[in-house]
Amino acid sequence: MSLLEKMKPKFWEFRENTDDPSNFRHIWLLMVLLTLLVAIAPLVSMTMIDNNVSRKSAESEILLRTSRLVSNTRRSVSFFLGERKAALKFVVYNTSFNELNDPMELALILESLKKGFGGFVDIGVIDASGRQKNYTGPYSLEGVNYSGEEWFREVVERGNYISNVFMGFRQVPHLVVAVRHDLPDDSFYVVRATLDTERFNDLLFYLEVSGQGDAFIVNQEGMLQTPSRYHGKVLEKISDPIPSYSEKTEVFERKNVNGEVLIVGYAYIAESPFILMIIKQKDALMDSWHTTRMEIAGFLMVSIAIIFFAILGGATYLSNKIYVLEQNRDAILHEVEYSNKMASLGELAAGVAHEINNPLAIINEKAGLIKDIFTFKEQYSKDEKLMNIANVIISSVERCASITRRLLNFARHIDINIRPLCLREVLHEVLGFLEKEAEYRSISVSVEVPDNMPQLESDRGKLQEIFLNLVNNAFVAMKDEGKLDISVKQESEDSVAIIFMDDGCGISEENICRIFEPFFSTKKKAGGTGLGLSITYGLVEKMGGTIGVKSELGKGTTFTVMLPLKTEQKE
Amino acid sequence: MRVLLVDDEKELVSTLAERLSFRGIDAEWTTSGAQALKLLETEVFDIAVLDMKLPKMSGLELKKEIQAKMPAMKFIFMTGHGSGDDFRAGTAETGVDYYLIKPVKIEALIERMKEVLRKN
Repeated sequence: MSLLEKMKPKFWEFRENTDDPSNFRHIWLLMVLLTLLVAIAPLVSMTMIDNNVSRKSAESEILLRTSRLVSNTRRSVSFFLGERKAALKFVVYNTSFNELNDPMELALILESLKKGFGGFVDIGVIDASGRQKNYTGPYSLEGVNYSGEEWFREVVERGNYISNVFMGFRQVPHLVVAVRHDLPDDSFYVVRATLDTERFNDLLFYLEVSGQGDAFIVNQEGMLQTPSRYHGKVLEKISDPIPSYSEKTEVFERKNVNGEVLIVGYAYIAESPFILMIIKQKDALMDSWHTTRMEIAGFLMVSIAIIFFAILGGATYLSNKIYVLEQNRDAILHEVEYSNKMASLGELAAGVAHEINNPLAIINEKAGLIKDIFTFKEQYSKDEKLMNIANVIISSVERCASITRRLLNFARHIDINIRPLCLREVLHEVLGFLEKEAEYRSISVSVEVPDNMPQLESDRGKLQEIFLNLVNNAFVAMKDEGKLDISVKQESEDSVAIIFMDDGCGISEENICRIFEPFFSTKKKAGGTGLGLSITYGLVEKMGGTIGVKSELGKGTTFTVMLPLKTEQKE
Repeated sequence: MRVLLVDDEKELVSTLAERLSFRGIDAEWTTSGAQALKLLETEVFDIAVLDMKLPKMSGLELKKEIQAKMPAMKFIFMTGHGSGDDFRAGTAETGVDYYLIKPVKIEALIERMKEVLRKN
């Protein structure tokens, strides 16, 4: 039997309003549903609210963390570039134009910059006309005229310049930093230095970006300025759109082509063409939150299952208890009602029998007298016709007397009254009541009682009632010309079995376990009360016996009543 | 054997007496306890067949009255009322063997009377 089967209440199979007048099924369902609702609904809604709140907080935490990371990195990059610019400015303030035009001096300065800051590749001094006056570095760029170059115009205009990253002659990415220095004669010159981007790249390379993140710098055309993990190589164009200009650090969400949600943080780096971008995968960042959610969901499911089974079990247990109590109460009420009915019926029967017995006795005596006269006086003794008439009257009186005696017997046995009795007699008395019906319906009834059967000490009236009920039931179940076999067997030293075997319609398997329940009847439409067998069951128990039933649908039913040979008189 | 029959049903008791006399049994009858006691003052009987329910004086009361005067008298009771308390009281007082329910077969009555007389 499965767990759910066990949790099914006893009255589950009942049809509403017929088998279950108190509507137990409805009450049980209501109890289970209501309790489930008040127990589970708050749990589920709390979990859902918590889910939403914690998701929102996790998301805002991610955005905040990304924003902080972008801001910090921007500060590092700005500082790096500012530092290089400041180094060049230090050079122009600390060194005169003439000294800068000395190749030996410039070489010394480059050497100092390399050692002090690192990353400097070359350095050049360009006069106001754009001509490179002095240069030290790996190339020979002395005398080159930059006056037509965009960067030269920009540095002249703004005082400093930072270039995009570009590939140098050795296919190594570089960037250029340049500063303008004004001379007292209103003239100026420019110091320009090339930096390799290794140190620059390291700033981003060692950055710990969680959530399968990527940190890189692009220029405003979308060309990668530093290597990227997922977005291409240096100087390749990224596929992502360039975010619009903002002075502050910005963070937003967007979906990529695969539909994955990305967290994009970016910042424009002031006085440079660079945009710092940090891109993370939201799902990867939410992993720990998802794990916690799964744990909570698992816990919720287990809790719901426990609550469900506890409520189901509890409701079933309680309603079964109530159901059994109600059944017992009904049974007792009906037993009381039945006993009262039987008592008043008994009184009535006794009254009727008594009233009839006296005139019956007069008829008996008068007919007897007629017979006596015909018997004892010779002049009448030859009139056979009159003699027959007297005989018929006497035998009819005898029949009436046997009926009134049965009625009196029936009335006499309302209370338990243990006496020695002969089972065969009791069975014949009971069958006497149904003789006519058996005759009309051609039902054959056989009674088999072994001759050596010991005398039974029991209550005659109760036994009659038990047997009458069983025989009556058998008659109802049987068709005309049916067959009822009643046999008595001594089962042990102190018990006897009375077996009623009919060849009637039988009882279905689903009904057989309920036939002794009060109000269970398959004949309700035909006026059955559903009390007969439950009362029989109660009577047999009262006599200290047991009753069992075996049945096969369409073949017949066998009731076996086991009784002690000696019934204890209970007060 | 001389039998005294007491029953308030005159038709019943007189017919019964006549039928007993057909069988050679001398039977007198009365319809009340008072008449019975009066009759007993003048006549002698071996056995009394009493109805349980008599007007004014019940069969059991009559029995006590008679027994007080004639301790040797034997009794058989007849009743139309064979149920409940009456039955229990009757059989307890008289013994179930001496307690016959109406209508009674004349042969059974004679048999029972002989038995009672034989026993004592």
